[in-house]
Amino acid sequence: MSIIEIKNLAKSFGGLSAVLNFNFRLDENELVGLIGPNGAGKTTVFNLITGVYKPDQGSIIFDGEEIVGRPPYNICARGIARTFQNIRLFNDLSVLDNVKIAAHKDVSYGLLSTIFRAPAFFRGEKQIEQESLKYLEIFKLADKKDELARNLPYGEQRRLEIARALATGPKLLILDEPAAGMNPQETKDLMNLIEWIRSDFNLTILLIEHDMSLVMGVCERIYVLDYGQIIAHGKPEEIRNNKQVIQAYLGEEVE
Amino acid sequence: MQEKKRNWLSFGGEVLILAAIFTIVQYAITAGLLNQYYQINLASMVINIILAVSLNLINGFTGQLSLGHAGFMAVGAYASVIMTNMLGYPFIAGLLMACLAAALAGFIIGVPTLRLKGDYLAIATLAFGEVIRVVLQNIDAVNGPAGIVGISRLTTWPWLFGAMLLTILVVVNLVNSSYGRAIISVREDEIASELMGINTTSYKVLAFVFGAMFAGLAGALYAHYFYIIKPETFNFLKSFDILVMVVLGGLGSTTGAVIAAMFITVLTAVLQSFPAIRMILYALTLIIVMIYRPQGLMGNRELSRQTFGRIWGGRK
Repeated sequence: MSIIEIKNLAKSFGGLSAVLNFNFRLDENELVGLIGPNGAGKTTVFNLITGVYKPDQGSIIFDGEEIVGRPPYNICARGIARTFQNIRLFNDLSVLDNVKIAAHKDVSYGLLSTIFRAPAFFRGEKQIEQESLKYLEIFKLADKKDELARNLPYGEQRRLEIARALATGPKLLILDEPAAGMNPQETKDLMNLIEWIRSDFNLTILLIEHDMSLVMGVCERIYVLDYGQIIAHGKPEEIRNNKQVIQAYLGEEVE
Repeated sequence: MQEKKRNWLSFGGEVLILAAIFTIVQYAITAGLLNQYYQINLASMVINIILAVSLNLINGFTGQLSLGHAGFMAVGAYASVIMTNMLGYPFIAGLLMACLAAALAGFIIGVPTLRLKGDYLAIATLAFGEVIRVVLQNIDAVNGPAGIVGISRLTTWPWLFGAMLLTILVVVNLVNSSYGRAIISVREDEIASELMGINTTSYKVLAFVFGAMFAGLAGALYAHYFYIIKPETFNFLKSFDILVMVVLGGLGSTTGAVIAAMFITVLTAVLQSFPAIRMILYALTLIIVMIYRPQGLMGNRELSRQTFGRIWGGRK
């Protein structure tokens, strides 16, 4: 069953069309990669799915419902969470608070309980804290829970972003270059982690990545985007030998 | 269990300290130890604390630059005086009406303007504050520019102290909750916040409404202490005064807002003896603080049980 189906999606900025005639579908529990040269429109696609941009045309059916035109927080509540290409953590807040904010949508107490510190408040806070710590433990960040997010090393910031996204309780997780700036060992660990989260949380994962070993290693299917259009789509080995893809990345052969 | 017991003990300690402050001041007033001059400054100080703490919720915690706080203060002041002086209701009804009217004004102005960001929001709220003032100037029922005089002095130390405690308690409890974290996440990164499932617009409005409500409360206390209100009192310079306190104290620190409000009130009172160079000294003080503490006196830190615990633990 498909979890998300995108049809004829288009978005242009001024005269430049960033995404054009974009068709795409993901089945439940799939792990799919979206690759393409710089400026191909990959992040724009992510921004369209998560509601940051409104598409000029096209439809996005997520979990059986049209989500085009809905605000980002609503799309998140429906079960799409993402990370960002250039990390966007809440820098001046603690690692734990970063995850707690993502867990806010399940808050169990009301404003009155908050102001009067009713028992419901303490129960709810405890629940949020335990829940958040669970995600930090998965990503081996629990012992850094009181550190400010800005003080974490780069690799850990990337992991915290994934933990935060997971805390929103998604069905579809979108990772925008999760391995950017990581060394080969970190990338390998991350690959294992991504596979593990998928099976443990029963998630569908879509990722953008430049690291071909990661993409080819974990993704079951790959879409290749160039100049805002899908130029190829298939299993990793098919993509590896696809002429058009090689051309998009390396340019044309000189006779 | 041990921790729970300690928490209750320190909670009891805090209540005792607050009760002591309240009783000592109350005794000093009734025994005539505080003359009129000190009493007036004390009332100003408490009103300034309420204003600074409430504006800090909007500017400091939510990160929305609002320059219309005096406008909400005016709404509260006029609403309460209409209730007490003109309609003859008791003071408490006036205070409640002030909170309600200002909160409503905050909602009405917040919903359309909070879509704007940064400078644009600042200008919109500034304009709103001025609109309130000009509207009041043109309503004959409240005497237009002349304002309302002969308001009975109903604001007493217990009311001031209670209102201040209530404001601080509500703001602190709100900020230290899941709702507060949602509000702070708007300041930290609005886009990330929205994509993590936070309805940023509604949390901005929430903070705005709470901030406006306490500004209204401050306005009501002000009106019933100083006998007279006129639209000119609540012009944009008043909004800037409050903003100065918030920035000086440190955006996002309630403790900072309280300390800065006390500091500015004392500074203003002291400088009144030097009318010729008063504004120069005032400005100089602010410039010096901003050069050496650009993040404000407290940054975004708070004085809390933990802080005192650390100081205590460090000495052992």
